[in-house]
Amino acid sequence: MHIAHLIPLFPFLAFLINIFAGRRLKKASAWVAIAASTLSFLFSLKVFQDFKAGAGSYDLGTWLVLAGKPLSFGIIVDPLTIMMLFIVSFIGTFILIYSMGYMHDDPRFSRYFAYMSLFMSSMLGLVLADNFVLLLIFWEGVGLCSYLLIAFWHERPSAQAAGLKAFVTTRIGDTGFLIGMLLLFFTCGTFHFSDLRSLTGPEPVLTIAAILIFMGAVGKSAQFPLHVWLPDAMEGPTSVSALIHAATMVAAGVYLVARCFPLFVAHPIALQTVGVIGGISALLAASMAVVNNDIKRVLAYSTISQLGLMMLGLGVGGLSAGTFHLMTHAFFKALLFLCAGSVIHSVGIQDIQKMGGLFSKMKITGTAFCIGTLALAGVYPFAGFWSKDEILLAAYSQHHPFLLVVAFLTSLLTAFYMGRLILLVLFGSPRSEMHAHESPLSMTVPLMVLSAFAFGAGFWGAPIKTAAVEGQGAHLIMGISTLVSLSGLGAAYLIYIRRLNLLPISVLSSLEGLKQLLVRKYYFDEIYDYLFVQPCLRLARAAFDVDFNIVDGLVNFVGFATQWCSGFVRRSQTGFIQNYLLIQVFGLVVLIVWLLKI
Amino acid sequence: MIPLGYFTFLSAFLFCTGVYGALTRRNVIGILISIELILNAVNINLVAFNKYLGTPDSLGQVFALFVIAIAAAASVVGLVLIISIYRNAKTLFTDGIHLMKE
Repeated sequence: MHIAHLIPLFPFLAFLINIFAGRRLKKASAWVAIAASTLSFLFSLKVFQDFKAGAGSYDLGTWLVLAGKPLSFGIIVDPLTIMMLFIVSFIGTFILIYSMGYMHDDPRFSRYFAYMSLFMSSMLGLVLADNFVLLLIFWEGVGLCSYLLIAFWHERPSAQAAGLKAFVTTRIGDTGFLIGMLLLFFTCGTFHFSDLRSLTGPEPVLTIAAILIFMGAVGKSAQFPLHVWLPDAMEGPTSVSALIHAATMVAAGVYLVARCFPLFVAHPIALQTVGVIGGISALLAASMAVVNNDIKRVLAYSTISQLGLMMLGLGVGGLSAGTFHLMTHAFFKALLFLCAGSVIHSVGIQDIQKMGGLFSKMKITGTAFCIGTLALAGVYPFAGFWSKDEILLAAYSQHHPFLLVVAFLTSLLTAFYMGRLILLVLFGSPRSEMHAHESPLSMTVPLMVLSAFAFGAGFWGAPIKTAAVEGQGAHLIMGISTLVSLSGLGAAYLIYIRRLNLLPISVLSSLEGLKQLLVRKYYFDEIYDYLFVQPCLRLARAAFDVDFNIVDGLVNFVGFATQWCSGFVRRSQTGFIQNYLLIQVFGLVVLIVWLLKI
Repeated sequence: MIPLGYFTFLSAFLFCTGVYGALTRRNVIGILISIELILNAVNINLVAFNKYLGTPDSLGQVFALFVIAIAAAASVVGLVLIISIYRNAKTLFTDGIHLMKE
């Protein structure tokens, strides 16, 4: 029996219930959402079981006929989809439980759970879609939910601006995605992913189509040069950042590339673009994370960087490496965001320079935070170690020395900034007045569960097995990777706890310029503002002037002219009845004279 | 027998007096009286022409009686209107009553 298509329906039902009856349900709306997502999770497990028993993809019937070709309403069931279903429904359930505690006194409590349910529904639909058209619908759905949840506290102007920025920036990528998918359709006549293996068409056109499709992934996964929206997206509630902007939605870009992998493999230039963009994003974002002082923004940059690493893994041909890292990253990055949320919930500030020494007051959160950090830094035997190792190994065995160096540098920076983050937050002495307390059970239980997965998810190995990339250098790579991670953490310890100056003063002062560049985020916002935002605003203002002065002016002129003319006529209506009578008598006399022909 | 011209002249004189009064009087009651004059001018005409043209069944005289009856009714309505206008506008002069002009 086919049940996969029911999975997105439960959260959608929860969305409908919460959006229409949320006011009456009050706190119960959280349970509606949690129940729906638990059902989705159980059904995902069932789908997995059926898949192992031999069930596969299926069609729900023909949906549209486009240019004479039927487009079926297809549901895809394969290891990649099952992995994503599992990630979304499992992590989603625990984040919803966490949200109960995190959002408990929010005035729009039920609205929050409605949006979260809608997001989960769209995300689950996205990974089940078997063609581009269906995927695009859910793709925009998750984008919408992302916008709604970033701007959830819309009383804050900064949250409104961040929501808009996220929506518009991803839309740029989506435009490319739409063009790419249509290009593919008009060249090869198919929207179905299953046909991507056997495409025939002119090589350059397909390469361009692949790169355009990748553009959509660049926007969604906040890759260079469209990465600017993700750090600002931290304006939303932290639980939203954990689910949407760390574990699931931003990984949709990586999922898209993995789903269209045959297309990319067949066109090396497109594949190389994926790898290079991923590498640039990984390094660029990691360097910005090093100097940031906002607990959530450090994690946001880290997310961009790790997504870049996944793209890099895919770009060097490591499908299993990229998707494996996607899975482990979802666990430990969601965990880290939830820990950050727990810290913010407790102390009410986000500036890590003002924190410190929180470990003794928040034992559970602190431990979970450390586990997440070790997993992200890639320390043996935590989850991140295994998946990062696969990416490094793929880059090594496929002979991409440049990308391999980039990946190692990223790992070093990752270990360093994560070390800096937890050392400044959890250890040392408090640097400001804080009344820290451990968070309620609804928040700490998800932390414990996700900690277990952040520790152990790596032992399963990659969910998608491709041809083994075991090579000569496997152990060498593992060794270097461990060394790099430990040295990054060690350097952070020496600098931020022991307060040692590792570099001579003269070198440090010459690095001041570089630091300024990093603090200002490579001036990306300023450059985009100058190049795109301001011209756009100027155009809008010009259009407004035309509308206000010319179009409205014409309408106003008609009204004004009528009024002006009527000014003469209305004088004949004096309002005095005797004037009318006089005119009447005068008219009568004229009539008589005329009729009698006097 | 008094010639017809005398009657028509009297009638025309009354009519013109009525019209002049209706147009120029500022007092609403004055206007009402002037309108009565106009009606009476018509009545004189009706009776006179009935006599001189020898219309059977005294049709003109009957018609004049009708006019008198209806004029009485009209006066009643007119006076009621005047009272209601006075209550609203606190005046009986037409230049004080200009509801139709803003």
